[in-house]
Amino acid sequence: MTTSRRSFIKAGGACLLGLTLWPAVKSFAGNNAGNIENPGAPAGKRWGLVIDMQKCWPKYQEGCRDCFLACRKAHNIPDIADKEEEIKWLWTEPFENAFPEQEHEYIAAGIKGKPFIVLCNHCNNPPCVRVCPTKATFKRRDGIVMMDYHRCIGCRYCMAACPYGARSFNFSDPRPYIKEIDPAYPTREKGVVEKCNFCAERVDLGLVPVCVEACRAGALIFGDLEEPNSVVRKILSGRYTILRKPELGTHPSVFYLV
Amino acid sequence: MIVKALTGSKRYWGWVTILLFLIAIGFTCYLWQLNKGLSITGMSRDVSWGLYISQFTFLVGVAASAVMVVLPYYLHNVKAFGRITILGEFLAVAALIMCLLFVLVDVGKPMRILNMIFYPTPSSMFFWDMIALSGYLLLNIIAGWHALEAEYKAVPPPAWTKILVYISIPWAVSIHTVTAFLYAGLPGRHYWLTAIMAARFLASAFASGPALLILLCYIIKRVSKFDPGREALQKLAAIVTYATIVSAFFIGLEFFTAFYSQAPAHGMYTLKYLFAGLDGHGRLVIWMWAFAILVVLALVLLINPKTRTRDRYLQVACTAVFISMWIEKGIGLVIGGFVPNPFERVTEYAPTLPETLITIGVWAIGALVLTFLYKIAVSIKEEIV
Amino acid sequence: MNDFRYIITGLVLFIVLVTFPLWTRAGKAAPAPVPSLETQAIQQLEEKQCVEGTEYMRANHMSLLEEWRNQVVREGKRTYVAGNGKEYEMSLQKTCLQCHSNKSQFCDQCHNYLGVQPDCWTCHIEPKES
Repeated sequence: MTTSRRSFIKAGGACLLGLTLWPAVKSFAGNNAGNIENPGAPAGKRWGLVIDMQKCWPKYQEGCRDCFLACRKAHNIPDIADKEEEIKWLWTEPFENAFPEQEHEYIAAGIKGKPFIVLCNHCNNPPCVRVCPTKATFKRRDGIVMMDYHRCIGCRYCMAACPYGARSFNFSDPRPYIKEIDPAYPTREKGVVEKCNFCAERVDLGLVPVCVEACRAGALIFGDLEEPNSVVRKILSGRYTILRKPELGTHPSVFYLV
Repeated sequence: MIVKALTGSKRYWGWVTILLFLIAIGFTCYLWQLNKGLSITGMSRDVSWGLYISQFTFLVGVAASAVMVVLPYYLHNVKAFGRITILGEFLAVAALIMCLLFVLVDVGKPMRILNMIFYPTPSSMFFWDMIALSGYLLLNIIAGWHALEAEYKAVPPPAWTKILVYISIPWAVSIHTVTAFLYAGLPGRHYWLTAIMAARFLASAFASGPALLILLCYIIKRVSKFDPGREALQKLAAIVTYATIVSAFFIGLEFFTAFYSQAPAHGMYTLKYLFAGLDGHGRLVIWMWAFAILVVLALVLLINPKTRTRDRYLQVACTAVFISMWIEKGIGLVIGGFVPNPFERVTEYAPTLPETLITIGVWAIGALVLTFLYKIAVSIKEEIV
Repeated sequence: MNDFRYIITGLVLFIVLVTFPLWTRAGKAAPAPVPSLETQAIQQLEEKQCVEGTEYMRANHMSLLEEWRNQVVREGKRTYVAGNGKEYEMSLQKTCLQCHSNKSQFCDQCHNYLGVQPDCWTCHIEPKES
């Protein structure tokens, strides 16, 4: 049998192509899917947050920004002045922007235009997780929607998918915009998406998120939504709460008392 | 056969030099982008996809349209297309290479792009798009090249390439369907959340792709001794006519649902932003009206047989179709989908200079690939004549 | 044969360029790295041992770090049980760097010598060295 140079190059090319597909084959055919699908801390949990804005507002008007500052410090969040490239984990939006479908002309004066704390909703059915092409965003077994910054390719599909504007992209290197870097938590780098992680690093150690701890008004209540006797469940069963954009079927884990 | 791309007239090399120059500028800007991050583009937190992804979306359509010459020839035995199927396939190859490059220049971490293969995620439409696009690229390269080689040696193409051609027909539909699904499956984006998105994509693809092919055929006829044939061009013109009508009809459907239902969840605010401006922001209004006028102009010229059969008018009509579909899909659809943002605010987008130069650079790479491939194909066809 | 001299010139140029790293560095062997363990934290240890044995760490620290990374980020498990039963928090910054606070002496020496460039430090914070 004679092998021409052309057919040799062709076969070589085909082999090379096959090599690049090998990891995909391994991952599809492998039996270790368990550590990729729906991983995370204790199963049977679903962490949630109840936000009581009535408790927050008096302090907020006095200028209290403790939760934002604590979050910013604990996670090395850069302070970027350019609104278009800002990194936001936890911030406020006026009622009609946070809840556009709830707004109407005759809304109570006590609500209209009032700031509401917004953050990643850690949806039970998160569209960002569904669209991520690398599983860099995934839902842990305890309900936290988490990001693996080592894996993110920066395609920003999750930003298009998130109906809550909770995701930010690092358009440039964030380090120059961090005033004081806390060595206990990594920064992010240019080219990846980031968002609130419900302080998974604290929750895993049995602590509550840093914003909840920092709040002097007790306006943020954190707990397990699957546990019928938890504080959050008691509040939810006793008082009327609203969610952001419930009509989209994402099932947020952040609830608002109004 | 490759050697045919390396011999040519002064004019040919002049054109290649211009393209190489544009590529060099684009590449330099890309190095700058790699260094500084996507901060040098006009994209923002709110409009997180811009010119790159919209070009990608538009070009997937151009690629998919190759099926409009392949299908009639192979399934309906339309002999007139026999001379130009190769041109359709090579156009698809060039368009797909541009698509892949636009994805590459858009991602924040291009060095990690293989994570899409290392951690395959079937729930993500991007994963399927990668498979669909690279598969279609391979199909077209292999089938096109073998067909051309057979023509060169004056033998019938190997039988197995026909199987590839048959696979490529539904595959072409799939690439644009999956690309539409990138958008149509996102719960919070009202303008994109429409079941006719894939149908709209296919219709505008079958208008813009064949329109470009007609224009390319006129250029080839002018610069070479190969004549693609009047009958083929007229048949393509008919396809462009129907596809443009269907495209315009589909956009009308979107308008009806949005404005008759008056439900914000059906994209009413985006359409207002695109065609009239919203909250005092109207950067795209002039573009969208240009789109509307061009579509009407194209339809007038295409539907009327007297103008459609005249070369000059057909050229104008095809240019109008191509530009209008580029505006609609390559600008309005992707950018419009981000306005208003999840907080019902308007953040506008405009590409920056480096971003535009990178985009032009990628188009120039596509044009260069197309030039080489067409040069080879046309040289071989000239010899046969 | 009129292309002969072009071909030869091209070949010579090619060989010169390809062997460039060899002949420019000839006779200038870089000294073998001697990673330093001299930090205060290590001095104060009663038993000078890392989370696993020295030989194991030397050969496998990169796999161990990757394993830790996946366990922490993707599994939410933060405690590592070492071969000898001791428990550690799986954290580059909070565990490794507490002892190995001399990154330039401990990490960089070998990495530079071998020409590997781990991209840990674009996110994780380098320890301040005095």
